[in-house]
Amino acid sequence: MAITQAEVEHMARLARLDLSEQEKALFCEQLSHILSYMDQLRQVPTDGVPHTSTVIEQSNAFRDDIPTPSLPVQAVIANAPEAVDGFFVVPKILENP
Amino acid sequence: MSLVKLSLQELQRLFTCGEISAFEIARAYLLRINQVEPKIKAYITLTPKDQLLAQAEALDRSLKAWRKTEPMMAMPLAIKDNICTEGVRTTCGSIMLEHFVPPYDAAVVEPLRQQRFFLLGKTNLDEFAMGSSSEHSAFGPTKNPWKLTHSPGGSSGGSAAAVAADECVAALGSDTGGSIRLPAAACGVVGLKPTYGRVSRYGLVAFASSLDQIGPITKTVTDAAILLNVLAKHDPRDSTSATVPVPDFTKSTKRKDLKKLKVGIPQEFFTDGLDTEVERTVREAIAELERLGAQLCDISLPMTEHAIAAYYLIATAEASSNLARYDGVKYGFRSKETRDLLDMYCQTRAQGFGPEVKRRIMLGTYALSAGYYEAYYGKAQAVRTLIRQDFDAAFQEVDLIATPVMPTPAFPLGEKLKDPLQMYLLDMYTIPASLAGLPAIAVPCGFSSAGLPIGLQIMGRPFEEPLVLRAASAYEQATNWRKKRPVIR
Repeated sequence: MAITQAEVEHMARLARLDLSEQEKALFCEQLSHILSYMDQLRQVPTDGVPHTSTVIEQSNAFRDDIPTPSLPVQAVIANAPEAVDGFFVVPKILENP
Repeated sequence: MSLVKLSLQELQRLFTCGEISAFEIARAYLLRINQVEPKIKAYITLTPKDQLLAQAEALDRSLKAWRKTEPMMAMPLAIKDNICTEGVRTTCGSIMLEHFVPPYDAAVVEPLRQQRFFLLGKTNLDEFAMGSSSEHSAFGPTKNPWKLTHSPGGSSGGSAAAVAADECVAALGSDTGGSIRLPAAACGVVGLKPTYGRVSRYGLVAFASSLDQIGPITKTVTDAAILLNVLAKHDPRDSTSATVPVPDFTKSTKRKDLKKLKVGIPQEFFTDGLDTEVERTVREAIAELERLGAQLCDISLPMTEHAIAAYYLIATAEASSNLARYDGVKYGFRSKETRDLLDMYCQTRAQGFGPEVKRRIMLGTYALSAGYYEAYYGKAQAVRTLIRQDFDAAFQEVDLIATPVMPTPAFPLGEKLKDPLQMYLLDMYTIPASLAGLPAIAVPCGFSSAGLPIGLQIMGRPFEEPLVLRAASAYEQATNWRKKRPVIR
């Protein structure tokens, strides 16, 4: 199935990817090619076939709700691009609240 | 005798009885890496020489009074760079995590550290394990030790090349759709993808969570069993980790016959697209299984032809969700000088991810998006059920299934980069076991006329790694392909 430039732009927005014009054109072509291949799945009758929800049969994994030690804040924050006083810093979200 | 040529089993024996020291092991591997790494480029990060030698000296000192060793003590391993190692950067082959230093060890690293193993370094991979050639790495491709112009396969290409080039005694890889088995076959070493749930993924950077598994890449089948003994364990931190008993896997590698075993040969794995040399070599290997006592059965896995289509919808859908976490806030790369928060997200991801990762995020986003969810993702998950049912039916008749690993021997670097679909098709024989969560091993079974290794794949029922290892080990010992080693030039 062919995918349009508008669809590529919509997916890029949903995926939070800023694509160049060149990338948009390339993905348009490549994703169309790949999705045409995927279209073979339509020939497979799957009415009444359950979706795979667990690969190896297993039931839900519960655990007791007991607090356990976690990583110290400093260790976690050490990889942050920007942090102040144990907080992650992001660009301003609200204009003049 | 060169120390670096030894298997893990042989090295363990010499170290345990005190015939060689930890320092000798460390020095030998540092020398080997120094010699061949500039040509192979298996590693993204190497442990500094002084640090490794100091660790070895301290270890030897502590053993002086009373030589009490652990199985993995002083064993020089390489770990794929998508498995977290505390204090050692873990890049996933991506600009996004170029400077990421994990504050904790992955579950599989914990027992290795406790037993005081040697971490030689972190190995190269396709970015976030997305690829079959190791070329999609932000740090450049790894070269195949058998032919430097060729790909080592992927995505665990660094780990497989490091093992083949004697740059480590064994390595850890991860396998989502073939990423352990493909490079193992391409580099002429052993690669085992355990059953889904057998090994904890805690600390493995997630790509496609319903498929990802960690496993060993080694010089021999027994070595794979030795490592699996260390890796396999229930872990409550990975909610998909199985609570099944863990046997001593090395026991299964001691038998030398395949008597009373039925091995299925699925016709769908020997069709168009399979290289004639690979087909001939794999069929000879299957005949060897029969000589060892196995009973061969022709079987059919009719859904095989749809496995790639289903896989590349499911895996990319899961990847698009898993990789949403890379937003430039908590860790990893952040784009500078952006307009606002949304722009920061979009620029960070545009600059931090490479082309294959972007392509897969886009494909996965499409498969999950409103209007297409049922037609693509839902359909793929239904087809996955049919693929699993194929295997369930086949395993009523047979104990193991033998097939090729890769449709061709290793291919020249660059050959498949322009056409993503051609690269995806390389996974045609490894993906079915991934979708069904089955254990599967790649074991060397010969060479092409160009001297490139070819692999045999043996798949088993869930949690029947012992049987898979037994068959692979009996085959390995009957044939001894391992004796032929690459000459790196």
